[in-house]
Amino acid sequence: MAQIGYSKKVLDHFTNPRNVGVIDAPDGHGKVGNPVCGDLMEIFIKVKDDIITDIKFRTFGCGSAIATSSMVTEMAKGMHVDEALKITRNDVADELEGLPPKKMHCSNLASDALHEAVKDYKGKMGNKL
Amino acid sequence: MRKIYLDHASSMPVDPRILDFAGPFLKSGFGNSSSLHSMGLEAKRVIEDAREKVARLINAENEDCIIFTGGATESNNLAIKGTALRNIGKGKKVAASAIEHISVLNSMKELLKSGFELGIIPVDSTGIVDIERINAILTKDTTLTSIMYANNEIGTIEPIREISEAVHEKSLYLHVDATAAAGRIPIDVQKDAIDLLTLSSNDMYGPQGAGALYIKPGVKLQPILLGGGQERGLRSGTENIFAILGMGEAAKIMKNEMKQENERVKEIRDKLVEEILKIEEAYLTGHPSQRLPNHASFRFSRIEGESILLNMDMKYNMQVSTGSACSSKTLEPSHVLLAIGLKHEEAHGSMVLTLGRSNNIGEIPLISKAAKETVERLRELSPL
Repeated sequence: MAQIGYSKKVLDHFTNPRNVGVIDAPDGHGKVGNPVCGDLMEIFIKVKDDIITDIKFRTFGCGSAIATSSMVTEMAKGMHVDEALKITRNDVADELEGLPPKKMHCSNLASDALHEAVKDYKGKMGNKL
Repeated sequence: MRKIYLDHASSMPVDPRILDFAGPFLKSGFGNSSSLHSMGLEAKRVIEDAREKVARLINAENEDCIIFTGGATESNNLAIKGTALRNIGKGKKVAASAIEHISVLNSMKELLKSGFELGIIPVDSTGIVDIERINAILTKDTTLTSIMYANNEIGTIEPIREISEAVHEKSLYLHVDATAAAGRIPIDVQKDAIDLLTLSSNDMYGPQGAGALYIKPGVKLQPILLGGGQERGLRSGTENIFAILGMGEAAKIMKNEMKQENERVKEIRDKLVEEILKIEEAYLTGHPSQRLPNHASFRFSRIEGESILLNMDMKYNMQVSTGSACSSKTLEPSHVLLAIGLKHEEAHGSMVLTLGRSNNIGEIPLISKAAKETVERLRELSPL
């Protein structure tokens, strides 16, 4: 049967999102999406020795936009930045036990936001060297 | 947590009195109204009884003006394609307001393939059709204009009598989609000079699977479903008798109880609007006073509607609706909210509450508290 609605895990992450908030003076910050399209998310990371030690997010958007943001922060916490860059949209959807097909693209931008945050961190490190 | 259902515009529970009325027929079995034996004649009799009840709800000239269909979508398709194609010799232009139901707009767009032109009549920021623009857009070649009696997403009631006068100065026929309005405001097709009018069973607490189209005597249209020639040849196919009986009884009950029930829900609605508008950056959508008595629609800045719907459902067991893109199949925000001039990012944050018989005045503090907490929670998550 085709997937109808959201999985239990999506609803859990929507109802009780993990790692909500802002990190002051983050080592990396990524922001993707556009309120005109209905989704905007930003991710803040703290990094020590290339390991993501803390991560927070804020999201404007639908249920899957909020759930994927929450999920990706859980996945990336404690991860090496290079590994975090390898997390794909599909990985996030799989961890959430699937997303409805039409949500796969429009509201699954969380991994993009994470990648932007890591690139921001790497850029800053490059500048320091 | 007790459920509080606030989405009556999408679907209504069937009135138990209707089940009591039509249920026994379902159990004992129906004849086919086309059969000449006693069972067939009984089936025909009960359908005609239902037809009369529907005719009375809208003050139709007589019961023969009512054609039963499979629902409002089919009625809209038949009204639009049936009249436009039948009267093609008189012109190839049709027109509709920008806030019509998608079954009206898509039926008209289908006619473009047959060489028709389509005029879209704009509405103002409260959803009222611009009568000046009717005069500008319609020409003598316009055979059909479709304007809804009241809008399901923003609750606005159109000034149908004025619209009817303006339309008939230029155009042949006026079709009115009264799906959201029927049973909530008195409708008189004769006084309003309406040529075709769409009704839905389920929007009056009747069973799903039945609708009706009122056709004024003399209005010419052709069928879109061909077959055994039921419903005066305009809607072939064996009648859905259970749903039709239910719809007839629904129309009767709505007519009898409309005034009292509407006063009751309007009181709840007005208090609810007052409370919800206390939330920061909350705005009413649609007309402040010319609106359906059971209808309250809002938009909230900086948050998204599908999240509002999910949060109200998951955390408070309250079922609401939204015009957000994320809850639509097209991933575009509601065409109605865009037509009243909202920006995309504004249209994303909408919430629609439609009240019904199950709601009571004691629910007001619960609903307004849930809405406030939902908006606050989502704004905490939002970077905007």
